[in-house]
Amino acid sequence: MARLLEFDLGTPQASGAPVTLTIDGRPVTVPAGTSILRAAAEAGTQIPKLCATDSLEAFGSCRLCLVEIEGRAGTPASCTTPVAEGMAVRTQTPKLATLRRGVMELYISDHPLDCLTCAANGDCELQDMAGAVGLREVRYGYEGESHLGLPCDESNPYFTFDPAKCIVCSRCVRACDEVQGTLALTVEDRGFGSRIAAGQGELFLSSECVSCGACVQACPTAALTEKAVIEIGQPERAEVTTCAYCGVGCAFKAEMRGEALVRMVPWKDGKANHGHSCVKGRFAWGYATHRERILEPMIRASTAEPWRTVSWDEAIAYAASEFARIEAAHGPHALGGITSSRCTNEETYLVQKMIRARFGVNNVDTCARVCHSPTGYGLKTAFGTSAGTQDFDSVEHADVILVIGANPTDGHPVFASRMKRRLRQGARLIVIDPRRIDLVRTPHVEAAHHLALRPGTNVAILTALAHVIVAEGLFDEAFVRERCDPEDFAAWAEHVARPEHSPEALEATTGVPAAEVRAAARLYATGGNAAIYYGLGVTEHSQGSTSVMAIANLAMATGNIGRPGVGVNPLRGQNNVQGACDMGSFPHELAGYRHVSDDATRALFEAAWGAPLDPEPGLRIPNMLDAAVAGRFKGLYVQGEDILQSDPNTRHVAAGLAAMECVIVHDLFLNETANYAHVFLPGSTFLEKNGTFTNAERRIQRVRKVMSPRNGLEDWEITQKLSNALGYPMAYDHPSQIMDEIARLTPTFAGVSYDLLEREGSVQWPCNDAASTGTPVMHLERFVRGAGKFVLTDYVPTDEKVGPRFPLLLTTGRILSQYNVGAQTRRTDNVLWHEEDVLEVHPQDAEDRGLRDGDWVRLVSRAGDTTLRARITDRVAPGVVYTTFHHPGTQANVVTTDYSDWATNCPEYKVTAVQVAPSNGPSDWQARYEAMSERSRRIASSEAQAEPAE
Amino acid sequence: MTRPDRLIYMANQIASFFAAQPGDAAEGVAAHIRSFWDPGMRTEIRAWGTSGGEGLSPVALEAVGRLKDAPAR
Repeated sequence: MARLLEFDLGTPQASGAPVTLTIDGRPVTVPAGTSILRAAAEAGTQIPKLCATDSLEAFGSCRLCLVEIEGRAGTPASCTTPVAEGMAVRTQTPKLATLRRGVMELYISDHPLDCLTCAANGDCELQDMAGAVGLREVRYGYEGESHLGLPCDESNPYFTFDPAKCIVCSRCVRACDEVQGTLALTVEDRGFGSRIAAGQGELFLSSECVSCGACVQACPTAALTEKAVIEIGQPERAEVTTCAYCGVGCAFKAEMRGEALVRMVPWKDGKANHGHSCVKGRFAWGYATHRERILEPMIRASTAEPWRTVSWDEAIAYAASEFARIEAAHGPHALGGITSSRCTNEETYLVQKMIRARFGVNNVDTCARVCHSPTGYGLKTAFGTSAGTQDFDSVEHADVILVIGANPTDGHPVFASRMKRRLRQGARLIVIDPRRIDLVRTPHVEAAHHLALRPGTNVAILTALAHVIVAEGLFDEAFVRERCDPEDFAAWAEHVARPEHSPEALEATTGVPAAEVRAAARLYATGGNAAIYYGLGVTEHSQGSTSVMAIANLAMATGNIGRPGVGVNPLRGQNNVQGACDMGSFPHELAGYRHVSDDATRALFEAAWGAPLDPEPGLRIPNMLDAAVAGRFKGLYVQGEDILQSDPNTRHVAAGLAAMECVIVHDLFLNETANYAHVFLPGSTFLEKNGTFTNAERRIQRVRKVMSPRNGLEDWEITQKLSNALGYPMAYDHPSQIMDEIARLTPTFAGVSYDLLEREGSVQWPCNDAASTGTPVMHLERFVRGAGKFVLTDYVPTDEKVGPRFPLLLTTGRILSQYNVGAQTRRTDNVLWHEEDVLEVHPQDAEDRGLRDGDWVRLVSRAGDTTLRARITDRVAPGVVYTTFHHPGTQANVVTTDYSDWATNCPEYKVTAVQVAPSNGPSDWQARYEAMSERSRRIASSEAQAEPAE
Repeated sequence: MTRPDRLIYMANQIASFFAAQPGDAAEGVAAHIRSFWDPGMRTEIRAWGTSGGEGLSPVALEAVGRLKDAPAR
């Protein structure tokens, strides 16, 4: 496999009417607005360039891409000169050659001549251009007075900035501005003294830089270089694969040298990310080779014993025998399986198939249970499909963007950059969030309205918005008449128009000034294309499903469904949340969201799987844990998920796991759940296996194996071995065969195959005869369910109440540098940005309690308590505190409760009544847990394992 | 029998949603429970309803009464 070098056309694509010109005598037709530089590149002529690249707007600074145009004076820069009908361009003349050589001489006079020892040797545009212009001498000498003596900035853990090698082309500055939208870089000083600086002349690490890598990607020299390239050398081959972090699903080139991953480079043709990345996907892959990774299977009879390393055969045989024993003693309903949204579609499909087909039970679930299960319920009810309505590109057509319960710049940073770009172009922004997320006010972006509601009042605020839209006649009557159920709409309109749903009546509940709600509603309804983006701040509530349906109501009432620029867009937390749900991971549904009680669907799967299936729904994750505590659920296979750290009310989760007789953990590391496990099956990373992920826009993309699994097997092979040992034979040779089976059994996937993905790069389901290359925007002509359904959304306050003992509301979330339970990112240099979870406290609440920034504080709720450091900030409102759940040392979920969404049991992570007080160290729980965890992670030495039993 | 507090709470939550919807609220609750609850959970809540259903809201109690015998587990 070659390097997969991407062709740089110099400037972005234009979209005007066709224009024909001649370049070096050859006719070329391109869209109006195209630069001469790009037109030439498309025709196969490479005009030398340095400051131009096709991911950035033309800048015209390097003066290398000069051309001559017949009838025009001078030698204009081809990057900033648009094509014109009949234009005759010459790209190579003696005059141009002289000018270009002169420009290169100036550059090289201030550039070190250490090409042989330079990390960019062989991948340097400056080097290439010196060759292209025929540079043979530098008349000005090589002293480099302006840059050569400047110190190298090595503060960032992933890349270096060497000003000596910088040609001040501004590509990095423009990438930070245009692509990432952080505006962290600038050009200091002027003339020959110009140099690139991060922030106010700070080190990269301490500046506002978010380490997305866009500047490194844009740099034409070795000024900005990945440290891995410096250490390992230039890559020799590459494969395109999909990031294993958030639900954006960025495509990357995994660039390799031998079996070593040199770097992950965002793939320009990736349809979700268009060549952009964030600090996680771009750089945080070192966990794959982290010393704590477990590479051999282990077993133990009880969690009081140390682990014993065994062969794959022994581990699989032991796991199978334990499940068989439990089945014989307690029945098959005492067994189940959980997958993670970090697993591929094929792995997830295989686990649920094994549990359903081998044991005849539906006790299967996925971690989407604890994040976006209300999305599945709510959108299926309203529209007929458990998925978002748009593709990411849709945001480029949005005039109003409503973000509720999501923090895109931290949780979905690459999409957030595109959203910010659209906002910089003039789209208006409404943020509904208890916390002042970065998007509320960030460079060149400011929300028109920030509705800082009290946690737990989403339904009230959404209904108040609906009230304004109906009461002021702002709804789209024609859309509603043509596309929605008229009786449902009439009932809904009458309901939301009642006085008790007005912003004024609900102001005391939500804490949001009524005038602000009214203004936001008017903007959403009348501001042009309006798109809603939401996240777990919507779903992880006792009324999560109701909120999703309230969002759908708003979109339907205003006609903001069924075309680009609008829609209802759930931002999925993890890479394959959508796919895990699609694959039949929920206990009541088979693949494609078809209920297990449906005889025809079940018959289809029974015929394919050769086994009878249970027509009754199985246990969801919290139900499994409840049943375990009650003594009825005994065995669990957990693939890729750390339920002890990620699920609410840790003590209850621990009690459930401790009550089981056999817990099989299939993971990369001895995670927190593994403390309660009896079998550990070491997993493979996304770099070591084949498969597919489906991102938040329903886009199915390939995960490609770029190195051998260090544990010896791909994850799907491990499940297959377990299934075979359990007596349910599977004989797949490759995950493509699993996808073929999924396609045969799932109408929305009917056209999907690895061959199609190879051809198209990616496709968005539904992908079938009616949409052979997928469906970017859904519900174009009609809703999947027929008429759109308006649902009444009464606000029901959560039962988690504040009071004298617990006067504050805790809400939880995530941070840019860390991911979910941190199993991956904590094992990378990303810890430099977030080495521990902290508690954000408003200055007033801090003062009331005598807290100073950085103090240890005890955070206590009705469920439990933990200790962490305080950060005093007005980012949270008085009465609200906030933390993340990335570190097991903090165990934020010790504090969260059992309250959950009424429809799906999705936990209410976002609302917990708490008290905060000064502390001097870890809580009793933390101390006990740490001791237990240390004991439980013991692995018997090889000598001890070899000793014969007495 | 042991009071199934968790299931009672869940049934009441579901009832509070369907009570606000037009139509037969109890049937909405019963249908939801049939669709999403494991038979063991249904059996347990049904038994509680049969024994008086203390703690269940009126709509939840009526809904629980409409659940048929779930398959034995």
